[in-house]
Amino acid sequence: MAAVVPGHAAAPAAPAAPAVRARRREWLAALAAAARTPRGAVGLILASLIVAVAVIGPFLAPHGIADIVGPDLAKPSAHFPLGTDYLGRDVLSRVLDGGWVLLIMAASATVIGVGLGAAAGISAAYLRGVADGMIMRTVDVILAFPQLVFALLLLSILGPRLWLITLAVGITHAPQVGRVIRAATLDVSEQDYVKAVELQGTPPTKVMVREILPNLVTPLMVEIGLRLTYSIIIIAGLAFLGFGQNPPAASWGELINDNRAYLAVNPWAVIGPAVLIALLTIGVNTYSDAIARVAIGVDRRPEEAALLDDLGPREAA
Amino acid sequence: MTSYGQPGPAGPQAGDVRLEVSGLEVRARRGGAEVVSDVSFQVRAGEVLGLVGESGSGKTTVALALLGHARRGLAISAGQVCLDGVDLLRLSPADLRRARGARVAYVPQDPSAALNPTLKVGTQLAEAFRVHPGVVGDPAERITQIMQEASLDPSPAMLRRYPHQLSGGQQQRVTLAMAFACRPSLIVLDEPTTGLDVSTQRHVLNTVRSMCTSYGVAAVYVSHDLAVVGGLVSDVAVMYAGRVIELGSTQRLFAEPLHPYTRGLLAAIPSPERAELLTGIEGQQPRPGSRGPGCTFAPRCGFATDLCLQHEPVPVLVEGRTVRCHRAQELSGTPTPRAGVPARSGPPSAGAALSVRGVSASYGPVPVLAGVDLDVPAQSCLAVVGESGSGKTTLARCIVGLHKDWTGEITFAGQPLGRSARQRPRETLKRVQYIFQNPYTSLNPRKTVAQIVAQPLEQFARLPHRERTARVDAVLADVSLGSGYAGRYPDQLSGGERQRVAIARALVVEPELLVCDEVTSALDVSVQAVIVELLRRLQHERQLAMIFITHNLALVRNIAQSAIVLSQGTVVEAGPVEQILENPTDPYTVRLIQDVPRLAAAGAGQIRSAVRLDPPGPGGPAAPATRPASPWSAP
Repeated sequence: MAAVVPGHAAAPAAPAAPAVRARRREWLAALAAAARTPRGAVGLILASLIVAVAVIGPFLAPHGIADIVGPDLAKPSAHFPLGTDYLGRDVLSRVLDGGWVLLIMAASATVIGVGLGAAAGISAAYLRGVADGMIMRTVDVILAFPQLVFALLLLSILGPRLWLITLAVGITHAPQVGRVIRAATLDVSEQDYVKAVELQGTPPTKVMVREILPNLVTPLMVEIGLRLTYSIIIIAGLAFLGFGQNPPAASWGELINDNRAYLAVNPWAVIGPAVLIALLTIGVNTYSDAIARVAIGVDRRPEEAALLDDLGPREAA
Repeated sequence: MTSYGQPGPAGPQAGDVRLEVSGLEVRARRGGAEVVSDVSFQVRAGEVLGLVGESGSGKTTVALALLGHARRGLAISAGQVCLDGVDLLRLSPADLRRARGARVAYVPQDPSAALNPTLKVGTQLAEAFRVHPGVVGDPAERITQIMQEASLDPSPAMLRRYPHQLSGGQQQRVTLAMAFACRPSLIVLDEPTTGLDVSTQRHVLNTVRSMCTSYGVAAVYVSHDLAVVGGLVSDVAVMYAGRVIELGSTQRLFAEPLHPYTRGLLAAIPSPERAELLTGIEGQQPRPGSRGPGCTFAPRCGFATDLCLQHEPVPVLVEGRTVRCHRAQELSGTPTPRAGVPARSGPPSAGAALSVRGVSASYGPVPVLAGVDLDVPAQSCLAVVGESGSGKTTLARCIVGLHKDWTGEITFAGQPLGRSARQRPRETLKRVQYIFQNPYTSLNPRKTVAQIVAQPLEQFARLPHRERTARVDAVLADVSLGSGYAGRYPDQLSGGERQRVAIARALVVEPELLVCDEVTSALDVSVQAVIVELLRRLQHERQLAMIFITHNLALVRNIAQSAIVLSQGTVVEAGPVEQILENPTDPYTVRLIQDVPRLAAAGAGQIRSAVRLDPPGPGGPAAPATRPASPWSAP
């Protein structure tokens, strides 16, 4: 029986082919997984529709935003689908044109806010001690102001420019993002793989950027979705209060403010932008909620969950 | 005779089949991947069946199916689970709910998670009687009774305690008492002793066995640890990739395993009695959905033929055992070769690489170590042995600089070491490397294997890219990982592969001292053997000084030349390994050695001599007349 030789000592076989292929980036995978859930699909479709309106809108607008094209406060008609405003400008054209500035400002404010907040949160949690105390007490002070009031405060000091509005809104997001990211970092920084790198004498900034940050992708994505929603609301709100573009240019928030006095005569000039803002925030929020659910495993597809669990408690841990 | 409260077909007689499982199959709800298939076995009254398998074998899935439960995303797709003649899988949801707890009971793996921390022990024990009223006459009386049976103090003071006020062993006894409360017909125990110390483990196992015998309860004991199961159960079912691959009486299966996988598993278990070359099983179990057409073990099997790769074997009865192997019949009687550890070339040099003098450490106000002394000779391995809570991990963390709250002196290569890693020069950090206990948490999930292994090189040596890659590839090859692993992420690796990556990360900067903290405790037995062998080889080849921390005394002989035994933060015994294992002087060491679960002595002897003295007759041979002396059989 020459064949009877146990082959246990052989080196492990070459890795299976499918595992070798480069993996998709984690965050893309999470975005895709969220889009496959019913909740995520609805949110994504809704948000994409409104974004499409804002982006393509200016090219589709039948009239210029400043052109007085008809009688003032005309009812909706074949010629003016949403009627005209108090100066006789076409409401539809103004609505189609009023989205893109809002979107760019909201996106920039979100990037600023999440970036600042993440930097503050990670540093506070990883460095601990004095740094933690100083960062978090600052955060507490800022959090004591309602967000809109704090943004108004900044603007009244700095003056109403579009980039200042964006910056101010971003800054008001930072403390809230910071709190969330600090909690997430506390968890990650206690992991053995961080300790392993510390044992190599790696400087703290490198540890934070290269070891910790990549493991915060999920909470960061959720924060981005959430802060985007708030940015839209706050920037629209500031525009409504008069901090925004100069006339005759008008974003959706300003359109509501401009036309609210004539609500009884031509309600569409208020309802149109209001509905768009509402649908956009609902869409973005729903989609980011779906991302969060995928991330914590609530909406992980059941068969994936079961197969992972079957690998035993250690791997599930 | 018994106080079995539920109406059964008849009173439980020893020898009656209480549980009969046939053709059990569990599939994923979507995709239909087979998680467990064709599982059949029976358990008689008063008997304990061991359901043994490594992680991913489907043992927990089967255990839950015995309660008529499938985890989220899974469905029981075929088969029967007949308890006293009633198929649990055909019961209505309401009937099934009534059966659970009363007829079938479950003991979970982790009692601290299973007990409600906000409810008193007494309240939780009484819960079963509230859910199943009428099962017993007087709940209070029954609670006293079951607590005595579970070796718990039945005083009112005990009943008023909360779970966190109990020790781990006591908590597990409470869950046992809860499971036995309604006198069920079947108890499913899901690794109930995994988190416990060896000594506590032994007492809990004794309780389980005596309770099963006295009430004619059938029990299924799920475990990954053959050695633990060996002393407790009458029959063993070994699971692999969702199938029962060998089923038979414990003695016979241990004495002469027939399936190549069972042979491999038994060969991987270290023995405290002699130093043997541990042979693990390379490769890993196929996952559900990726199991090939042939025998699921064939890719890892040294006996596999073309037939094995193409056709799935059906269970055959060989020597009174059910074996799922094409070659079981012809292989029966083939010895499993075992080799001793090769003698070391030359005595270790005399100088101490690391010496620890009077080290005391604490976590806040809680002292963990008190005046620990140890020496690690150069190019030699020192084992640090102790139960959980003995301070062995804290000691390791003081040495490498992760725990800075210590006093005393640690000198490495003649120079005193700073309190923490930050206070130590870069060169020292490089020369002392640490391998973490759990490879599932010690590798950054967002980095590839190559990035993880290259990280210390970036820190300690400014190398051109090409040379760095070459060194990473070389060290990966040294831990038996091909270059195909370089681009993989940790979650694409098995536990053993992850630990190899961790070892490679420690070795890539060519350290002089390697501190291994319980590096195999998170791994399966077959993988543990592979990793221990790997470390033994690397330590020898690279002439490393090594500290090997473990709670498993049986491993010590395989890897270390000297050892210290830690108990409650102090060294109770130190010396060469042979001396400690053969002539222990401290009572604690003696107890520790006695409590090591080991394969039944006769069985283990036969594996090693590998000579079959009794060719079996058609009805199966007469079992050896006496049960081999087992650590569990002591009163």
